[in-house]
Amino acid sequence: MSARQQPNVTGTRPPPWRDERVLRVAVQVAFLAGVGALLWLLGGNLVRNMRAQGMRTDFGFLDQPAGFALTGTDFSSRDSIGDALLVGLQNTIVVSIWGIILATVLGVLVGIARLSTNWLVRKCAAGYVEALRNVPLIVFLLFLYLAVLQRLPRINDAFDAGGFVFSNRGLYAPWVAVAENSGIFLAICAGALALAAIVGAWRTRRFDATGEPHHRVLWGGAAFLIVAGVAWAVLDRPVSITLPSLEGRNVSGGYELSVEHGALLLGLLLYMAAFIAEIVRGSILAVPKGQSEASHALGLGGFQRYRYVVLPQALRIAIPPTGNEFINLAKNSALGIAIAFPELLRVTRIAIGQGQPAPQLVGIMMLLYLAISLLLSVVVNLLNRRLTRRGA
Amino acid sequence: MSDIGVPTEEYQPPPEEEPPVRAVSPGEWVRQNLFNTWYNSVITIVLAPAIGYLIFRVLRFVFVTARWEIVEVNLTNFMVGTFPRDELWRPWTAMAVLGLVVGLGLGVTARANTEVARIRGVRIGASWHENVRRAAPALLLLVALVVFVRTATPLVLLAGVVLLAVLGYYAGRRIPPGRRRWMHLAVLLGLAVSYVVMTQFDGVSLARWGGLMLTMFLAVGGIALAFPLGVLLALGRRSSFPAVRLVSVVYIELIRGVPLIALLFMGWLILPFLLPADFPTPGRTWRALIILIAFTAAYVAEIVRGGLQSISTGQYEAAQALGLPAWKTMRLIILPQALRNVIPAMVGQFISLFKDTSLVLIIGLLDLLAVARRVTQQPDFLGQGLHAETLIFVSFIYWVGSYWMSRESQRMEKRLGLGER
Repeated sequence: MSARQQPNVTGTRPPPWRDERVLRVAVQVAFLAGVGALLWLLGGNLVRNMRAQGMRTDFGFLDQPAGFALTGTDFSSRDSIGDALLVGLQNTIVVSIWGIILATVLGVLVGIARLSTNWLVRKCAAGYVEALRNVPLIVFLLFLYLAVLQRLPRINDAFDAGGFVFSNRGLYAPWVAVAENSGIFLAICAGALALAAIVGAWRTRRFDATGEPHHRVLWGGAAFLIVAGVAWAVLDRPVSITLPSLEGRNVSGGYELSVEHGALLLGLLLYMAAFIAEIVRGSILAVPKGQSEASHALGLGGFQRYRYVVLPQALRIAIPPTGNEFINLAKNSALGIAIAFPELLRVTRIAIGQGQPAPQLVGIMMLLYLAISLLLSVVVNLLNRRLTRRGA
Repeated sequence: MSDIGVPTEEYQPPPEEEPPVRAVSPGEWVRQNLFNTWYNSVITIVLAPAIGYLIFRVLRFVFVTARWEIVEVNLTNFMVGTFPRDELWRPWTAMAVLGLVVGLGLGVTARANTEVARIRGVRIGASWHENVRRAAPALLLLVALVVFVRTATPLVLLAGVVLLAVLGYYAGRRIPPGRRRWMHLAVLLGLAVSYVVMTQFDGVSLARWGGLMLTMFLAVGGIALAFPLGVLLALGRRSSFPAVRLVSVVYIELIRGVPLIALLFMGWLILPFLLPADFPTPGRTWRALIILIAFTAAYVAEIVRGGLQSISTGQYEAAQALGLPAWKTMRLIILPQALRNVIPAMVGQFISLFKDTSLVLIIGLLDLLAVARRVTQQPDFLGQGLHAETLIFVSFIYWVGSYWMSRESQRMEKRLGLGER
């Protein structure tokens, strides 16, 4: 027997109706039961009301022919409802990815411009940000669509600006044309990229060992260009650039963007860039001034100061809020419904309008949006973790 | 006696000198701000004509080519939509009541701020031209309305409302600190009274509201009703009960992961299915409002959670040491501080809700934006492509509201030094 005896716990336990541990569990069970009962009630109502209206409550309708076509895509009315949703999802994802890339580029530029030493640049950037941020996105989208893009000249006298053709039927941009053997060429390019990485790693090792300048970007780039260039010549132009050219009422070559797609992409990227610019500006200002002054004292020039000292630190501050804006952009792409761009929400709406059961369709749509948001937030978190770890 | 004179007066430090202000000549200013480096010179030379041309085009559109008659003719539509024209006295009365209570609230707040500033020794008096700059967006909107309005009656009534608000402000400034808690009640009462004036006593049901009035109703009603729900969700997310935490987190993250417009669709199409069969289906406006509340509550919850996290554990411990039970600690110690800290973020949320109400266009409500779309289909204006005029007009209203509120919120944040504690 040890000298210190544990007090007899079981003997002094209060009765269950005053035992805090029991009460805690009881309260939580009651709470969950309440929430569950509410959900069960709502679900029961849903099924009952749907049956009463003669709607089907299963998901079999997804395989049936849609009975509607989607303009601007190669989806025809014989394809199934499920395929229609997939086309919508694909459009949402494509416009979101391009929007995120372009909005980030523009947002960073505008954010830096807001801190320019040039008064005119500073004021322009500030005007851009303040004008867009304080207006609803849907108003801006409608303005772009109705008052700008639909007012473009007709295709007969489209506006041709060195490789870009603008008309109210569509926007055309230079694009890459592929031949049959471009698959091989792409594979070789991937190999060349790997080679460039190896060359870069070799130069880095050599720099670490001997200290002679590494020039790894130069060496890697040269390796890639040599291999890719030889392959391009040998395969007889597997990939080339086509410019859209206007011939009467037809445009041949180039990449065609429907007016709706163009309006949504342009609207999303211009609008979200204003928000990203504010984040970039705030993050740059959040880097202590001493960092900039110290690099000045070390003799770094303006560009080097930004590239090696200020921006890497600002990036780390900016990533979490920028990630939120990416998610917002993906969610905002649902506004394509206002300008008839066939993204996920609009496809769902059309299907419901064709008499397909709304509860299932809306449920699927919500789950897909939720999946996109979660996926983006996972990506941003991974990026954030990687960057903060490397900086630590 | 000693030569060293003992100073008879207390030592006074010399008055602080203001840093010398060197007058910068215009030429010098241009050199420093536009041509300080070679690339800035290039940018300036390229950018200046482009900006000048852009401004010229915009000014020419606004003052010469734009056909503003579509806005002039439909100004009442923009303000109230299809609200019955015989009943317009109701919105005016409601506005008068709201003007009075809002003025009262602002007056009380202004006096409280003055007192806080005096205790902390901060100067808050704003100069004359600063006040003008603060009011500039609102004045701009007023000028636009005066230009577009066709009869004098609305202007007289508007002046009356403003006068009531000013009276309320000065009345609010005279309320002694002890009576201040009645102010919140007065503001709530004012909201209730204005709602009753609009809808009761043979009033106009929500289904016929429209225009800016509907936009404001959705925004104010949304934030006011989402606030208590959001606070509950935030407390739930920080609860010590894992089950409560789980339910709160799932709700918040589900709502935040889905676009608002998709939720509005759900409210429009699915909500009627979720109610019992014999239950009267709420009208479209109510369904939109319910969704806006459910949506905003999730965001308010995250804001309030941030506020709760900003309170140090010392506050909890001190309250515990004083013998306060948990709910009193929350109500009397933690929430007042946490909620004060999140005022700027809540204003931001209100601004974003104000902008987001424009989405109800998609589910067929006649809000400000929907009016702008609808009037271009009037027989007089059909097919004339007057989208630019109507959309610019409503953007201007949204812009003034959001810009003004965000400026005021920044000012408030700076003045009360909320970020510094």
